[in-house]
Amino acid sequence: MTLRLTQALAAALLLFVASATLLPLAALIQQVGQLSVVQALSDVWIQRVIKFSIWQAALSTGLSVGLAIPVAIALSREPRFIGRQSLLNVFSLSLVMPTLVAIFGIVAVYGRTGWANGWLQQLGLPEFNLYGLNGILLAHVFFNLPLATRIFLVALDGIPPAHWRLSSQLGFHGWTRVRRLEWPAIRAQVMGTSLLIFALCLTSFAIVLTLGGGPRATTIEVAIYQAIRFDFDLSMAVSLALIQLFIAISVLWLGSIWKQEVPMAFSSLSAQDQWRPKSRLRSLNVLIIFIASGFVLLPVVGLLVSAIDPAFFSVLKAASTVKAFVNTLLVAISSAILCFVMALGLLLIARHCHYRLKLQRTSQAVRLLGNVILVMPPLVLGTGLFLLLRPYADVFSLALLLVILINALLALPFVLRILDAPIHQQAQSHDRLVQSLGIAGWSRFRLLDWPTLKPAAGLSMGIAASLSAGDLGAIALFGSDRVTTLPLLLYQRMSSYRLQEAAVTAVLLLLTCLLLFTLSQWLTKSRSKDVNP
Amino acid sequence: MTLELENVSITLGTQTFSFSLSARASEVHAILGKSGSGKSTLLNLIGGFLTPSHGRMTWHNENLIPLPPEDRPITTLFQAHNLFDHLTVRQNVALGISPKLKLKSQDWDAVNQVLDDVGLPNRGDALPIKLSGGEQQRVGLARCLLRKRPVLLLDEPFGALDETTRGEMLSLTKDVISSRNLCVLLVTHNPDDADFLNAFKHTILNGRI
Repeated sequence: MTLRLTQALAAALLLFVASATLLPLAALIQQVGQLSVVQALSDVWIQRVIKFSIWQAALSTGLSVGLAIPVAIALSREPRFIGRQSLLNVFSLSLVMPTLVAIFGIVAVYGRTGWANGWLQQLGLPEFNLYGLNGILLAHVFFNLPLATRIFLVALDGIPPAHWRLSSQLGFHGWTRVRRLEWPAIRAQVMGTSLLIFALCLTSFAIVLTLGGGPRATTIEVAIYQAIRFDFDLSMAVSLALIQLFIAISVLWLGSIWKQEVPMAFSSLSAQDQWRPKSRLRSLNVLIIFIASGFVLLPVVGLLVSAIDPAFFSVLKAASTVKAFVNTLLVAISSAILCFVMALGLLLIARHCHYRLKLQRTSQAVRLLGNVILVMPPLVLGTGLFLLLRPYADVFSLALLLVILINALLALPFVLRILDAPIHQQAQSHDRLVQSLGIAGWSRFRLLDWPTLKPAAGLSMGIAASLSAGDLGAIALFGSDRVTTLPLLLYQRMSSYRLQEAAVTAVLLLLTCLLLFTLSQWLTKSRSKDVNP
Repeated sequence: MTLELENVSITLGTQTFSFSLSARASEVHAILGKSGSGKSTLLNLIGGFLTPSHGRMTWHNENLIPLPPEDRPITTLFQAHNLFDHLTVRQNVALGISPKLKLKSQDWDAVNQVLDDVGLPNRGDALPIKLSGGEQQRVGLARCLLRKRPVLLLDEPFGALDETTRGEMLSLTKDVISSRNLCVLLVTHNPDDADFLNAFKHTILNGRI
């Protein structure tokens, strides 16, 4: 490839990512003309929405992180516990499980007619009301407790074996071991993890929409949706979006003060060969592991049980289901590939800036560009794109394309993080060698980059595909009766109380996500050695 | 055939370096100095990984400064990471002939020959991870030889090896450089290595030679 062509491609990619993320916001601001942020802020209802958004996110974060610490310690202390690996697998399941699917399972267990209320009734206890703050917290903990646990477990696995042996010789037990050994390892991750979870909960959409149960428990994100979809009050939507942007940027800014990279918690966790001092409180550990497993597993079981029904196959074969399924596959695969290409391009540009041009700041700025989307509410992105394209095309006929683009952008920060490490590491150790041998362009990608990237590529595309397959936000905005995906179909069936059909849809969606996740990892698994003369 | 450096200078952070040196074909020059004294900076300047702010650098009266690393009459054996872990030993060496790894059959013969020369016959199909540290450096050296560049830069290539392996590598290096009339620059913190290779010794003091 000639230098010119490479430069042109790089410039085109930067322009595309920058305009796809920033132009929609600009279009919105222009459309509104006059912003009424101050006016919005003085509205009592808006004030309540903002307060509630922050309050529920803070509570969710506190609960998830607080509960994850004992679970991680218990798991770390029992490296040979039989159910450990399967529990960790279930924990990773909740990382790829679509929000709506989990919500369905949670409703099956904790809803009005769910199992939990049945048990409470038998014990003569008052009914548990899922809808409102309770449900939001429960769902947020369901998703973020496993995330935090995995991050903390990686930190605990990072304690050097000599320290474990030392702590055993010095007679650290129970609380002393927590204070001297385990807490210091976890503490380094607590702030970063909390901010990550806070940001996720602050912008959470599907959970609040379905479990919030009304205007009392509404977050900014849901208020934006309502302003756009029901009131078509763009001025209000933009004001809300700017308020949310301000809060999200403040959170990110807080995060940069602590300067910690939160590991993405996708790394493999295998404590098989790790020695741990005997724990005196084995039964407590087992109890904690048991409760945590139950909490995460029950909704999955609840979902599967409610899907078992004679009508299972007829719902599967229904034309609407099949159409949504095909659309879901199309969206997931396309946005995973688009996302991977964008991420790879950005990282290669960043690498070139860092190692060849010695422009460290530019390199960071390129990576930051891919992360801007973290603070941009997806609905704002969608609405902005809607306004940008409306003069030129029938936006609803472009629904799938827009959904693909939005989902690819949303997955970009995750994919960037996963691919960054292998690309950066190889450049750090080998770039001078690569330069002196004159390996460049396509040869460099084919011979050096792709082989080292393959596992990370599989993982990142698997995550991007399952995130996109399960996303409700973008399709809720652009979807219609003509164009649905499985999440939208599931939402429609749930909100019209066709629970049987919803259960089948949810199981199908879950299986689709799992299939996409395993398939992309399988496709990029390194096979036995390739060409040799 | 002489490598000439005349006040080749660069400022990195607050430290300014300036190097002058003259090394002819079939001579070995050893650069000594504490870590952080600027030994790697010198090799990075010669190799083309850093651009000097001023000064002259020539090989056989040809100006080297505008040339990219791959076009310089120079090849480097780095301290570590000379091999790509996912490519076989043979492929790693073959990159010295074609960076696209597209070789004719006589090229592959040359690859096998040079692997023989460094004492690694029959290891062509192995992945680097199966080789010891000394063997990995031999593969790196094999590729340097195959590139047929008149100037060989050795960047502490024996630093990470144990005493016995280090001795073996030194004799191998001595053999191959004398039979090929190479101009060698060796960066090391060990004066014994320099003596063994009958090298001219230079010491970097306050960023200058």
